[in-house]
Amino acid sequence: MKALENLLDKIKPSFEKGGKFEKFYPVYDALETFAFVPDHTTSKGAHIRDAIDLKRTMFMVIVAMVPALLFGIYNTGYQHFTALGMDASFGEMVGFGLWKVLPLIIVSYGVGLGVEFIFCIIKGHAINEGFLVSGMLIPLIMPMDIPLWMVAVATAFAVLIGKEVFGGTGMNIVNVALTARAFLFFAYPTKMSGNKVWVNTDGGTAVDGYTGETLLSQAIEQGAAFTDITGKLYGSIDDSFMASFLGFIPGSIGETSTLAILIGAVILLATGIASWRIILSGLIGGAVMGLIFNFIGPAYFPDNLYLQVPWWHQLVMGGFMFGVVFMATDPVTAAQTERGKIIYGFLIGLLAILIRVVNPAYPEGIMMAILFMNVMAPTIDHYVVQANINKRLKRLKTA
Amino acid sequence: MSKAIKVKKGVDIKLLGAAERKVSDAGKSRVYAIKPADFTGVIPKLAVKQGDEVKAGSTLFFDKNNPDVKIASPVSGEVAEIKRGAKRKILEVRVLADSTNNYEAFTPYNGGDRDTLVKTMLDMGLWPFVIQRPYGVIANPVDTPRDIYISGFDSAPLAADYSFMLNDRKSDFQAGINALSKLTSGKVFVGTRNGDTFFNQINGIETFTVSGPHPAGNVGVQIHSTAPINKGETIWTVNPIDVALIGKSLSEGKYRAERIVALAGSEVAAPQYYNTMIGADMKTVVEGKLSGDNVRIISGNVLSGSNEGMEGSLGAYSHVISAIPEGNQRQFFLTKGWLGPGLSKFSISKAYPAWLMKNKKYRLDTNLNGEERAFVVTGELEKVFPFDIYPMQLIKAIMINDIDAMEKLGIYEVIPEDFALCEVVCTSKINIQEIVENGLLDLRKEFAS
Repeated sequence: MKALENLLDKIKPSFEKGGKFEKFYPVYDALETFAFVPDHTTSKGAHIRDAIDLKRTMFMVIVAMVPALLFGIYNTGYQHFTALGMDASFGEMVGFGLWKVLPLIIVSYGVGLGVEFIFCIIKGHAINEGFLVSGMLIPLIMPMDIPLWMVAVATAFAVLIGKEVFGGTGMNIVNVALTARAFLFFAYPTKMSGNKVWVNTDGGTAVDGYTGETLLSQAIEQGAAFTDITGKLYGSIDDSFMASFLGFIPGSIGETSTLAILIGAVILLATGIASWRIILSGLIGGAVMGLIFNFIGPAYFPDNLYLQVPWWHQLVMGGFMFGVVFMATDPVTAAQTERGKIIYGFLIGLLAILIRVVNPAYPEGIMMAILFMNVMAPTIDHYVVQANINKRLKRLKTA
Repeated sequence: MSKAIKVKKGVDIKLLGAAERKVSDAGKSRVYAIKPADFTGVIPKLAVKQGDEVKAGSTLFFDKNNPDVKIASPVSGEVAEIKRGAKRKILEVRVLADSTNNYEAFTPYNGGDRDTLVKTMLDMGLWPFVIQRPYGVIANPVDTPRDIYISGFDSAPLAADYSFMLNDRKSDFQAGINALSKLTSGKVFVGTRNGDTFFNQINGIETFTVSGPHPAGNVGVQIHSTAPINKGETIWTVNPIDVALIGKSLSEGKYRAERIVALAGSEVAAPQYYNTMIGADMKTVVEGKLSGDNVRIISGNVLSGSNEGMEGSLGAYSHVISAIPEGNQRQFFLTKGWLGPGLSKFSISKAYPAWLMKNKKYRLDTNLNGEERAFVVTGELEKVFPFDIYPMQLIKAIMINDIDAMEKLGIYEVIPEDFALCEVVCTSKINIQEIVENGLLDLRKEFAS
């Protein structure tokens, strides 16, 4: 370690004021502070500080995403070979998945960090850790066959318009990764929805009955009578629930396996990094909306089969779980008061199922729900804080 | 039946090196220094110049905005130096002590009307020990406070044990209370720890018990949980040790600036209590008693004390000197840094294993453990802030200098020390106490003009 420390010390002068690469100091600073917690000591106020910093916080979120990522890699291969009716070993499936997913991760990080570095160099700011999480989230919410250049454009757009124009990490209004997804969804809808994008069928002919539809689009026509990737009807609703819970269904890379996402949720909640209030109230919100549909569906809208998909099945379909666990809990864009978080989470769950069912033009309701609630979060906080202010004013009047 | 208050939010940071209940003499300092910076909000005007002879109790300087508020010399001697900093700001008034202490003679106060009391306290230099809220500055002598609050214990890490220090000073403390109770139209409240019997022997006070983790001992928390301050109200607070100092000085007619101070911290070889005086130089108390050499010496506790170093002096309001290791070394990220196991690191975040070791005592250094960032994480400040106030919203209101929002969000109830734990746990390493202090000063200026 001493050698690395010496090397950093040796090159430091050329990055400092008056040095040859003075402009690139943020880059040097990012590398130095990554390798070593700097020797900065407390100068004002409390002399001791908690060990937690933003780097560890963000790293924990990445760790929590790893199960979803690993399953997503495997499932990319699994869906590919199943759709083609080919037998493949576990290794071949993972290999295919890696070949599809790794480039997405590299492009997302490369472009995102590149934009961030350039911005920090221009503005002379320290490089923030926020994009470490966004850079992993972006590939996980993409269809695996999305062209790389689209990911690059979307990531650049998200970092610039979604974050940097507001002042960087901590200042953005809407979730950065969702900004990237929303950008692609509206700019290139054919690459982000429909039944062509979720499974790669290159290099062979798809089996008879293959549609490539996600459960979300199946539900519009068929209600809860789901079919698997080869077009075969699941034996029972429990079977399709299990397939979605484990994740053997088509969908965005990281979103399919509820189980993998729940492992991530356990990591986030155990470390206290994500708010349990948001996750819990989000799940309750989704369940409540699902239940409402289950009740009114058969009685009032017998033609709309989507309403009859059981509420518990709604929760494991599409990106609902991924959104609630990883995107809704982004502390910067969520409500910031503890009471506000409960309202915020509940409405995300509620709206996600509502949008998904009532407006099939947006099959992925969770994205719209979170973006909408990101914008509404300050309003929720405003009323929560106002209640506290009113309490104080009341005290003044009665005193 | 006294009231019982339970503080739920907060955290006790357990540090190594708590002072043993044993008092020794620290010896006499050559020079005693009084620092205007200790007295928040005071703009110092000198009453002496270099070479002047002073007695214990002679005014060294007074507040420009309130010339009645005088700060006295703790000892007799010669004004050796007036240390100035940038823009000729007065940093220290240093008094070279006589071998025997001569006291300025004042008329002792053993009862009498309020005006005489106020005047005596002002003249003797005892007034600066009375602090007012809002703002956390020296009380304005023309006000009459709603109540006076005294916190009977300190809950900060390595805190001095007040009931131990007061044990044989009952009559001084009673004299102090007798005087203070004249100053308010309300009551004198004392918050005590359960099982602490010292304050039961005192007349003229209303006690209530307080349980829970730090900041339970902060007087602001105790006021907030009994009768919160509203806009337009004033509360005065006094440290219990200073109550005894006021009592003794008033009954003798002499300014008695003696202090018992706890020398504590992981870098102290044998932590214990010492007899010394306000303004004593650190060397006299600390030198030769440390076990490490890369040490930060703090006048006050590790949460809101001031970094004095060996050349500094004991602050006017300090009852503890903390010595902890400096953290001025780099830490490789995998072994001791941000991705390390962190077994020896304190954190309220469960991302570190500290929560599994509730009773572990730590040797914490002064490393910032990260770099300053914008606020990202939410909900963490609330865990250690036992006020019905939204801390992050208030801090942000101060940052943008929104006076109206500060008032509405409850700034009148708090002083910087109430935010000390928020500052400790802040993931983004923001200097919150400094922000709050500046906010309060701005607010005070706004209403003064």
